[in-house]
Amino acid sequence: MADILVVLEQRDGTIKRVGLEALAGGRALADKAGGAVHAMVLGPPGLKTDVAAAHGADVVVVTADEAVRLYQGNRYAAAVAARAQGGAYAAVLLGATALGKDLGPRIAARLGCPLAADVTALEYDTGIVVSRPVYSGKAVYRLRVTAPTCVITLRPNNFMPVEATRAGTVEPAALPVAGNRAARTVQVKEPERAALDVAEASIVVSGGRGLKDPEQFKLLEELAAAFGGSTAVGASRAVVDAGWRPHAEQVGQTGKTVSPNLYVAVGISGAIQHLAGMRTSKVIVAINKDKDAPIFKVADYGIVGDLFEVVPRLTAEVRKIRGN
Amino acid sequence: MKIAVCVKRVPDTEARIKVGADGKSIDESGVKFVLNPYDEFAVEAALKLKEAAGAGDVTVVSLGGDASQETIRTALAMGADRGVLLKVDGGTMDPLPIARALADELKAGGYDLVFCGKLAVDDSSHGTGVLVAELLELPVVSAVSHLTIANGKGTAEREIEGGVEVVEFELPAVVTTEKGLNEPRYPALKGIMMAKKKPLEVKPITLGAGGLEVESLAYPPERPAGRIVGEGPDAVPALLDALRTEAKVL
Repeated sequence: MADILVVLEQRDGTIKRVGLEALAGGRALADKAGGAVHAMVLGPPGLKTDVAAAHGADVVVVTADEAVRLYQGNRYAAAVAARAQGGAYAAVLLGATALGKDLGPRIAARLGCPLAADVTALEYDTGIVVSRPVYSGKAVYRLRVTAPTCVITLRPNNFMPVEATRAGTVEPAALPVAGNRAARTVQVKEPERAALDVAEASIVVSGGRGLKDPEQFKLLEELAAAFGGSTAVGASRAVVDAGWRPHAEQVGQTGKTVSPNLYVAVGISGAIQHLAGMRTSKVIVAINKDKDAPIFKVADYGIVGDLFEVVPRLTAEVRKIRGN
Repeated sequence: MKIAVCVKRVPDTEARIKVGADGKSIDESGVKFVLNPYDEFAVEAALKLKEAAGAGDVTVVSLGGDASQETIRTALAMGADRGVLLKVDGGTMDPLPIARALADELKAGGYDLVFCGKLAVDDSSHGTGVLVAELLELPVVSAVSHLTIANGKGTAEREIEGGVEVVEFELPAVVTTEKGLNEPRYPALKGIMMAKKKPLEVKPITLGAGGLEVESLAYPPERPAGRIVGEGPDAVPALLDALRTEAKVL
């Protein structure tokens, strides 16, 4: 028996896609190992968890408590560790989001087990084997889990959610009492302009120094608006360090790692540290006036030219297609 | 205020990485090593607090081989007071034994605050700081981009997807540092000279066994060769056509 425990992440009561991706990873492991998938979700009373059963959860453990309306690392860790200790789980899976990156090691410490972070592939061969990019994506480790259990965080956009209807038997679980470690999330500040996060977007339009001026990012915002839907604007380290764009938009080694369906690099030369953050994108488009720019080595499609001419044309054509 | 900072020696982010002959580790020859960039924010945060208080002591702790002494000296040159190297042969891909060794060193130190970078840019586990806090049973806030400490309490902000979490905590605590928290100083020549005379204790230790065994270290799959669809704005229709009919992403 090798059951898998998948921690789902909710925000404002809605379960995030990254949790469904983790369910897909967990379902594949459990099917090979001959175990069940248990999903766990914490949040305020009234959580809707049907989506977990529809994506492969045999059991859905629900901890509904006003105290965990916001993410509270200490409380979450206590609840997940209590559940994990009461079962025979071969792994605890989470999305490698801001929440998962904080919660994963907390659970690993409490279970005294290994942590494999930001994993891009899961295999089962008499035990769990994970792949995780290291050295900013310049190399990939394959690691075999030799401990009875482990905590694994999964890089977003690497596992496709799979519809697989299961019983999804709901088991309520009480929130363990607060420990004495006093740290409490008191507020989540939403940005003034509710922009989609670059790590969660399915299309990313990123700009670099080639834009020459922070004002010119409006060209990229217009292009992003033309694509519409799940599109975000990203930025290279150079323009973030120059103060043109916020760090939250930075793609690359000291910023975010993204794997969108489409990544459009505009006026970005393609430094190693930038490639580290976007090379796992499904399709990469580069627009740059320097035909020898390294970005063209990883791009699927490139246009050599002046971005100030190419981007407005692209925006106009995309508008025609998308009707935005 | 007594502060500890955990630091790690890592390959420079611009370094070319070569997989070693064993197929399980990197070939370190010719690779330039630096103080982990996120740990620079941690050192700077500690120094700023000490300076603001006008008193205090900043201890830098690193776990690694002898060469990590150089990394500790870099932090000492920035202004930290003393260093401790937990000297090990080899390492592990499981962050838990490493966190246990660091926690063992830190627990008797009576630190008000422990800073760590949010992740090391080599193995990117983003786990060690939080693991250390959990093992020490201290409150922890990870990936902090804004921090205020006053009267034994702290308020930290951490970027999450599409927002910022505000977390309040009590000292002693562990904070892991994100880019944007501060601008790390460069060691001045005077600092570099002074660092040579600062105490650096080397303690040989043995790491506990980890639960992750390396099967292989390999290069990522090459992306299939792409193509230039054209030059200038007239290439836009060909690009969109390729995205729609070949790549099928639009």
